[in-house]
Amino acid sequence: MADAEIIPIGTRGRPGRGTGTRPSSAARGLAPKAGAARKPAKADATPTPEKPASPAATPDAPAATPQAPAARKAAPAKKPAAAKPAATKPEPVIRMAEAAPVIETASLLDGLGDSASAVPAARTEERGLSPLAGIPVGDWLAAFQHAARELFGDQWEPQLARFLAFLRRRLTGDYTVDEYGFDPEVTERFFMAALRPIAQKWFRVEVRGIENIPTEGGALVVSNHSGTIPVDGLMTMVSIHDQSGRYLRPLGADLVFRLPLVGSIARKGGATLACNEDAERMLRGGELVGVWPEGFKGIGKPFSERYKLQRFGRGGFVSAALRTGVPIIPLSVVGAEEIYPLVGNIPSLARLIGVPYIPITPFFPLLGPLGLIPLPSKWLLEFGEPIRTDEYDAGAAEDPMLVFNVTDQVRETIQQTLYSLLMQRESVFK
Amino acid sequence: MGVGRTVLVTGVSRDLGRTFARTLATDPGVNRVIGVDVMPPRGDLGDVTFVRADIRNPVIAKVIAKEDVDTVVHMSVIATPGSAGARGTMKELNVIGSMQLLAACQKAETVRQLVVKSSTTAYGASSRDPAMFTEDMEPRRPPRSGYAKDVNEVERYVRGFARRRPDVTVTLLRCANVIGPRVVSPLASYFRLPVIPTVLGFDPRLQFLHETDLNRVLRHAVLSDVAGTFNVAGDGLLMLSQALRRMGRTSVPLPGPAFGGVGSVLKSARMADLSPELVAFLTYGRGVDTTRMRTELGFEPSYSTAAAFAEFVGTLPPGGRRAERVLASLADRLPPVDEDRPAQLTVAGGKDG
Repeated sequence: MADAEIIPIGTRGRPGRGTGTRPSSAARGLAPKAGAARKPAKADATPTPEKPASPAATPDAPAATPQAPAARKAAPAKKPAAAKPAATKPEPVIRMAEAAPVIETASLLDGLGDSASAVPAARTEERGLSPLAGIPVGDWLAAFQHAARELFGDQWEPQLARFLAFLRRRLTGDYTVDEYGFDPEVTERFFMAALRPIAQKWFRVEVRGIENIPTEGGALVVSNHSGTIPVDGLMTMVSIHDQSGRYLRPLGADLVFRLPLVGSIARKGGATLACNEDAERMLRGGELVGVWPEGFKGIGKPFSERYKLQRFGRGGFVSAALRTGVPIIPLSVVGAEEIYPLVGNIPSLARLIGVPYIPITPFFPLLGPLGLIPLPSKWLLEFGEPIRTDEYDAGAAEDPMLVFNVTDQVRETIQQTLYSLLMQRESVFK
Repeated sequence: MGVGRTVLVTGVSRDLGRTFARTLATDPGVNRVIGVDVMPPRGDLGDVTFVRADIRNPVIAKVIAKEDVDTVVHMSVIATPGSAGARGTMKELNVIGSMQLLAACQKAETVRQLVVKSSTTAYGASSRDPAMFTEDMEPRRPPRSGYAKDVNEVERYVRGFARRRPDVTVTLLRCANVIGPRVVSPLASYFRLPVIPTVLGFDPRLQFLHETDLNRVLRHAVLSDVAGTFNVAGDGLLMLSQALRRMGRTSVPLPGPAFGGVGSVLKSARMADLSPELVAFLTYGRGVDTTRMRTELGFEPSYSTAAAFAEFVGTLPPGGRRAERVLASLADRLPPVDEDRPAQLTVAGGKDG
C-alpha cells in the first residue's frame, strides 16, 4: 500500500458536500485563487456557480487578461503547487494528473469572466438568422451530390429515383399484399437485408442439398426446431431465398400471432398460422411452406437434450401434404442448438405470463440485454431428398396408420442426417 | 317462378335496404316489392309499397299471407343499436325479429325463396383464425355478446328453417364490411374520424364490399335462385396500415387496452362505435374465401377491395400528404425510372382461386 494521503487540518476549510448556498470542499479547491474566490462565495451565498467566478475575475481583469492564455500553456504543476503546497507532496504523480483539469477549468472561468467584461454576451434574439444561412446554395447542392454519389455510386440519379419511387409507394400504400398479409417488397428490402449478414457473417450458414427444393410448385419443408428463440426459422428463410430464389412461407404457432408487433411482422414476412386449413391452402397455391413440427417442445428443450428430436406433433403436416400431393423435404439444421444454451426455466412465471417457457441461458438474464446476443455457432443446413406423397391414393390422408408411418419416416431421416452432420462437424464454433 | 313475383324486403328504413328495394322494384322479373320496417324510410322508395310493421310481432305473418309473398329478403340484422336505442332493443330486433319472420315464412305456403343478408362477422376475429375462412368453417371462439352473437343466432335459426322447409331455397349471404360513399356503419364512421386510432403492434387484414356490389349480389340471389351459404367480398385485401396510407390520414397507435377506452370515449361523443367485435376485427383482421361465390352463386363483384376503399376515400376531405408531396417534387427532378417492384401477387379469391 502506498502512503496514506495526509491532509493538514484546516487547509481546505470545512469538509463536506456542497449545498445550494455553499460550494463543496472539492469545488472550493478548484477555485483559481483560493482566498479571493472563497470570500465572495461565503459573503454572497449565491446559488449559481458562475457568480463567484466573475466577481473574482472582474476586479483584477487587467491582470487576468494576459494571464489567461499563459495559464493554459503553462506547466500544469505551477498553479496547484502555489495553491496547495501541502497537499501535493505525498503523491506528486497522482496530484499532477488531477491538477490538469483543475487548471483547465480555472482558465476557462477566467476567460469567461474576461469576455463578459469586454463584450456583453450575445443573446438568442440578437443572433440573427440560423448559422446555416451563411452557406451558399451551391455548396449545399455539391455536398448533396457528393453524398448521393457516395451512397449510390456513379449511377446515383436513377438509383435515387428508384429509391424515391419505393418510398412513395410505401407512403401512399400503393402495393399489394397477398391473402396471408405477405408483403414481398418489405420482406426483400428490410427483413432479408437485415437477416442476411447475420446468416452469412455471424452463423456462417452452409447450405447443402439445395437442389432438392423444387424450382416451382408446392412443397413442404419439414425441419428440426431448436435454439430457444426461433432464429432457425429466420435463417432457413433467408438461406432458401438466397440459394433458390423462392420465399419460404413459415407456419407459426398461434402465440406468434397473439403477440403485438411479432404477429404483424410475421404476417408481412410471409408467415401464417399453423393450422390445416392454411397449410393446405398455401400448398395448393404452389407455395414453398416451412413447418417445424416439434414446436415449443423443440425450441424449449434443455441444452442437455440437444439434437434429440421431440415428438412430431400429431402429424398434421403429413396429412396436409398427402391431401395436396406435394413432396415433403426434410431439413436438418445443425448449429442452432448452441446459440442460446437453455439451462433453466421458470415454469411458474411462464404460466403467469402465458408463454411456453421463460429461458435461462448462461448469459441471460445474467448479462441483461447482452445475454440476448446469440453465440456464434457454425450452422449447417442439409436438405434431404424429397419424400413423394402423390403416389398414395386419395383417401390416404384419412388413414392414421399411414400418416404415422410417413411422419416417422420424415423424423428418422432428419434424426439420422443430424447425427451424420454432427459427426462431420469439427467444433461448435468452427 | 318467373314473372309475377312478390318480394318482401325487411329493413327498408336504412339506406342500403331502401336502395335495394327500389332497384329491385324496377326489375322486369319482379312484380311487386313490399318494404317492411318499424320506421318509415327517410328517402324516396319509388315503386316499393311500404308497410309499417314490426317484425317482432306476428303482424308480419299477416302481411306475408295477405300479399301472397313468394320471396323474402331479410336484411334488417343491424350491427349497431344506433337509432334503435340500447343494446337490448338491438338484440330483440335482430334475434326475436328474425325468429318471428322465419316463423311467419314457415307458415306461409306461398314462400318459395328466402335470402338473408348476414355478415362475415359470424366468423369472429382472433389470433387463431385461419388466413381465409371458407363457408364451412366455424368461428374459433364462439362470440359471447354483441352483433357477432346475434349474427350467429340468426344464422342458426335460418339453418333450422332450411331444414324444416326443404322446398324453400335459402340463400345466406355473408357479406364483408360494406363500404362506399353513402354507407353509414361503425367501420365507415371509424374511417371518417379525423385522427384514426389503431391497435399498437397489430396490422389487420381487411376486406371490403362496395355498396353497389351488395345491391347487385342481393338482386342476383333473388333472381338466380341458388341455395347455400356464400361469402361475398371484393377481391384482394388491404392491410389497415396500407388503407390508412392510402387515405393520407394520421393514425395514433394505442396499446390494446387503451384502444377500448378510446372506443368508449368516441361512443359517448357519438363519433364512432367501436364495439368489441369491431375492436377484435381491427386487431386481428379477417379474410374470407370467395371461391364459392364465383363458382356456385355465379356472382362477380365489380369493385375490388382496394377500388371500393378508394371510392370511399374519394368522398373524404383529403389528408395532408406533406411527405409524399416532398418526395414527388424530388422525384420530378430526377430521370424517370422503370418499375422495379416485385412481380404481382395472385390476390385473394382471384379468378383462378
